[in-house]
Amino acid sequence: MERDVEDVREYFCSGITKEAAWRKAQLQNLLTLIREGEEEIYKSLKKDLGKHHVEAFRDEIGTLIKSVNYSLQNLEGWMSSKKAKLPKVAVLSSAEVVPEPLGLVLIISSWNFPFGLSLEPLIGAIAAGNTVVLKPSELSPACSSFLANVVPRYLDNKAIKVIEGGPEVGEKLLQQKWDKIFFTGSSKVGRIVMSAAVKHLTPVTLELGGKCPAVVDFLKSSWDREVELMKGSIKKMFGENPKETNSITRIINKQHFQRLKNLISDPAVKDSVVFGGSMDEDNLFIEPTILVNPPLEATIMTEEIFGPLLPIITVKKIEESIGFINSRPKALSIYAFTNREALKRRMISETSSGSLVFNDAIIQYAADSLPFGGVGESGMGKYHGKFSFDTFSHHKAVARRSFLTDFWFRYPPWNNYKLQLFKDVYNFDYLGMLLSILGLKKSRSISTAA
Amino acid sequence: MEKMEEIEGSIADLRTTFRSRKTTSVAWRKNQLRGLIELVQDNEQKIAKALYQDLGKHPAEVYRDEIGIVKKSANHALSCVEKWMAPKKNRLPLLYFPASAQVLSEPLGVVLIFASWNFPISLALDPLIGAIAAGNTVLLKPSDLAPECAAFLQETIPLYLDCNAIKVINGGADVGEKLLQQKWDKIFFTGSTRVGRLVMTAAAKHLTPVTLELGGKCPAVVDTLFSLSDIKVMAKRIVGGKWAACNGQICIGVDYVLVEKKFASTLVDSLKRTIKKFFGESPKDSNSLSRIVNKNHFDRLSKLFKEPRVAASIVHGGSSNEENLFIEPTILLDPPLDSEIMTEEIFGPLLPIITLNNIQESIEFVNSRPKPLVIYAFTKDETFKREILSETSSGSVVFNDTVVQYAADVLPFGGVGQSGLGRYHGKYSFDNFSHEKPVMQRSFFLEMEPRYPPWNDFKINFFRFAYRFDYFNLLLLLLGLKK
Repeated sequence: MERDVEDVREYFCSGITKEAAWRKAQLQNLLTLIREGEEEIYKSLKKDLGKHHVEAFRDEIGTLIKSVNYSLQNLEGWMSSKKAKLPKVAVLSSAEVVPEPLGLVLIISSWNFPFGLSLEPLIGAIAAGNTVVLKPSELSPACSSFLANVVPRYLDNKAIKVIEGGPEVGEKLLQQKWDKIFFTGSSKVGRIVMSAAVKHLTPVTLELGGKCPAVVDFLKSSWDREVELMKGSIKKMFGENPKETNSITRIINKQHFQRLKNLISDPAVKDSVVFGGSMDEDNLFIEPTILVNPPLEATIMTEEIFGPLLPIITVKKIEESIGFINSRPKALSIYAFTNREALKRRMISETSSGSLVFNDAIIQYAADSLPFGGVGESGMGKYHGKFSFDTFSHHKAVARRSFLTDFWFRYPPWNNYKLQLFKDVYNFDYLGMLLSILGLKKSRSISTAA
Repeated sequence: MEKMEEIEGSIADLRTTFRSRKTTSVAWRKNQLRGLIELVQDNEQKIAKALYQDLGKHPAEVYRDEIGIVKKSANHALSCVEKWMAPKKNRLPLLYFPASAQVLSEPLGVVLIFASWNFPISLALDPLIGAIAAGNTVLLKPSDLAPECAAFLQETIPLYLDCNAIKVINGGADVGEKLLQQKWDKIFFTGSTRVGRLVMTAAAKHLTPVTLELGGKCPAVVDTLFSLSDIKVMAKRIVGGKWAACNGQICIGVDYVLVEKKFASTLVDSLKRTIKKFFGESPKDSNSLSRIVNKNHFDRLSKLFKEPRVAASIVHGGSSNEENLFIEPTILLDPPLDSEIMTEEIFGPLLPIITLNNIQESIEFVNSRPKPLVIYAFTKDETFKREILSETSSGSVVFNDTVVQYAADVLPFGGVGQSGLGRYHGKYSFDNFSHEKPVMQRSFFLEMEPRYPPWNDFKINFFRFAYRFDYFNLLLLLLGLKK
C-alpha cells in the first residue's frame, strides 16, 4: 500500500494532473464509466442495499452525471486566476489569487450512497488537479469491488487508485502523508480521521451526521392528523405491506439491524410506537415506523437514528422547537414546514445548522450552487459544484512588484519622519505624504519614554 | 485550580453572551470595531512602550507592523461588514421551481485566538477583527513571551470593548493547555508548527475547525540582475524583509536565499552595503534593530551559527552579546545543507545564502522541502516567474519584494502543507470565522409526484431529463407525449 501511495505522489509531481486537458479527459471518462456501467452499478446497489434502480438513479447516478457535466462546463473558469485590486499606493504592483491542486488526496466514503459519496468528491479532486486514493466502505462490498475493478479501466490509474478494505486498511491509510483528506461517515470516526491528520498537518473535510429535525408547523391540527396523513403517504408509496415492496432499501447489515432494534426495545420507547414496528432479521427489513413522544433521554432521541424510525416530538408552541434544536448539537440540516414568515425569520437567525430548507427535504443535495456541509458536530468543510473544486485547491496569493517604485522611507534607519510617512500611507493620505516629503508637514512622533 | 475556574467562568460568560444574540447585530459589530480603532489610537504611546520593552522595537516599526496594520484592518472591516453580512442570492435551476435560495454567513460561536510574541499586538487584534466582524464572542490568549504587550491587552481591552463578549486570559503553556481542553466553535492559532499540532489534536476531540498560521523556511530566490539600480532595490528589500521586521523573527521573513554561483559575490556585497546603510557601522548601537525576544531563543540561535561547520561559512557579522540579547545581522555562504540552520526555521538575524549552478535548480530545491508560507523571487524573467508559479507550492508568492503582501486586505494570508491551514485578512478574516449557511425556500404549490415511490420506468425517465435540465423533454414526458 505504501508503494501505491508513493507512486501516486510521484505521479502528481510529474505535473500532468495540473493540465486542463488531463482533468477534462478524466471527467469525460468518468461519464463514460457511469454510462457504460449503469447496469452493473444497479446490480451492486441491489446486492449491497436492496436499492431500487430508480432510487439509485435519483440519488447516485443521476446526481453524478449532473455534477460531472457541471464541472466540465465550469472548469476553465474555476481554474483561472482572479485579479485582486490593490490600493493606489501600491503603484506599479498587481495581485491575483491562483488556485492550485493540493497534491495527493485521500477520499474515504460511506456505505449508504457508496457511488455518490465516492465519486462526487472524486469529481472535485480531479477538477482541482489532484491525484487521489479512494477507499470505499467495506460494508457495501459489491459496490466497493465494482469501483476497485472498473475505475482503473476508465481513469488514469497512475493518478487515481481505489484501495479496498475495512478499518485496518483505513487506519493504515491514515498513517500516510496526504495533502487533503475528505471523509464521509460518523462523528466518531471523523474524530479519528482529524486526529490522524494532525501528524502531517493535513487539512480535512468531514461530512458527518447528526439528528436532522423537521419542524412542522400546523396551526390548527394536532399530531393525530399529521400521523394519519403520513400513514396515508407511506401506504401510497410502499403499498399495504411494505415488506413486499421493491421500493424500500433494506438495512445494510445485521449489526445496524441490531442497533436499530435496540432503539425500540426499551419498553417506554416501544409504547410510543403508533405505526409500524415490525422487523424481519433474516431479510434485514424494518417497517417504516412512527413513534410519538418517546422519552427524550432514550437513545433513539440522543443518537442519530440512521434508519426507518421516525419519532415525533410534540411541543406546546412550535416556537419551542427553536430552543429544543439549540440545546442539541448542530445538525447537518434543519427542515421546517411552515408558511409563516415570522417563524421562518426566527429559524434562520436563531438556529445554526449545515443548511436550512423550508417546505421540503433532502432536495438541497442536488443543487450545485449551494455549499453542502455541516457545522459543529455535523462536520467541517463543504462541497458540491464550485465548492468541491475549492475544497481540493489551495488558493495561492501572488503579488507582483516593480523595481521602479521604491519608497525610501520603508527602510531603516528609523526616525519620526518615516513614522509620519507610514501613517500617511496607511491613511491613504497621499496629499499628506506629499507634504511630508516636501517638508511642508511636521512629523508627529511616538515617544517610548513614559 | 483557580485558573481553571477563571477559564471555565469566562467561557460560560462568552457562551451566554453569544446565546443572547447580541453579537449578531450590525450595530454591535461596528461599535466593537470602532472601539478597537479608538483603543489603538488612544494608546499609541503605551503600545510603543510595551513593544520597546518586550522586543526593543522602534516606534516606526511599531506603527508600520502593529498599530497601522490594526487600524487599517479595522477600518476596512468597518466599511465592509454590512456588505459581508448581506445574504447572497443563489440561482437555482428552473427544475426547482418554485424555489429560492440564498447563502448567509452566520457566526460560529465562541472563538479562541492564540497570538504569537513577535507581533504581539497585530497578531492578537487582526484575527480579533475578523472574529468580531463575523459576530462571534472571543477569548484571546496573548503570548507570555511578550509580557508587557500581554498585560497591556488584558488591561486595555475591557476599557474599550464589550467585556462580556471579548475576554483576555494571560499565562504560559499550562494555561494554553487548559484552554485547549475546553470546547470551542473555532480556534485560531499563530505560532510554531510544533504547537500547531498540539492545537489541532485538541481540536479534533470536539471537531472544532482550526486555522493554523504557522511558519517554515521562506526562501528568496534571487535571479542574476544586471541593472545596478535593480540590484540596489533587491538588496534593500531583502535586508528589509530580514532584519527590518522584528530582526528576522517573522514568519514571512526571508529565511534563506538561493542564488547562482556567479552572482553570489555581487549579492553578498550589496547586502553588506545595505546592512551598513540601514544599521550603521556598529549595528549593536542601532535603534532600528529589534532584539532577540529572550534567552531561550538567543541560545537557540547561537547554537545554529556557532556549530563549527556553519561558523566557518559566516561572511558577515557573527558577533553577539548575551546580556543585550543582541545578535549581529549575519550572512552565511553555503552552510552545510544538513546543518540545523538549513533544516529548521531560523526566526532570527542569520541569513544563509545557498549557491546553485543554475537558478532553475531553485525550483527543485524548494520543492524538496516542506511548503513554505511564502516564496520570494527576484527576477525579470517572465518564463522563470511562470515556472515558479506553476511548479512550486506555497502560501503565497511575491515577485521582486518581501513582506508587503501582509498589508494587502485583498489577498488571502495563510499557509499550505506544513506552513498552515486556513487564511485570513480582509474578507477572508470574516469568512474564516463564519459558517456559510444555505437557506432554501420551497413552496407547497406544484408537487412533482414522480419524485416519490413506488418506483417505475416513467419516474426514472423523469429523473434522467431533470438532471440534464432538459425541460423540453421533461414537459413532453409529463404531458404524456413521450414514451
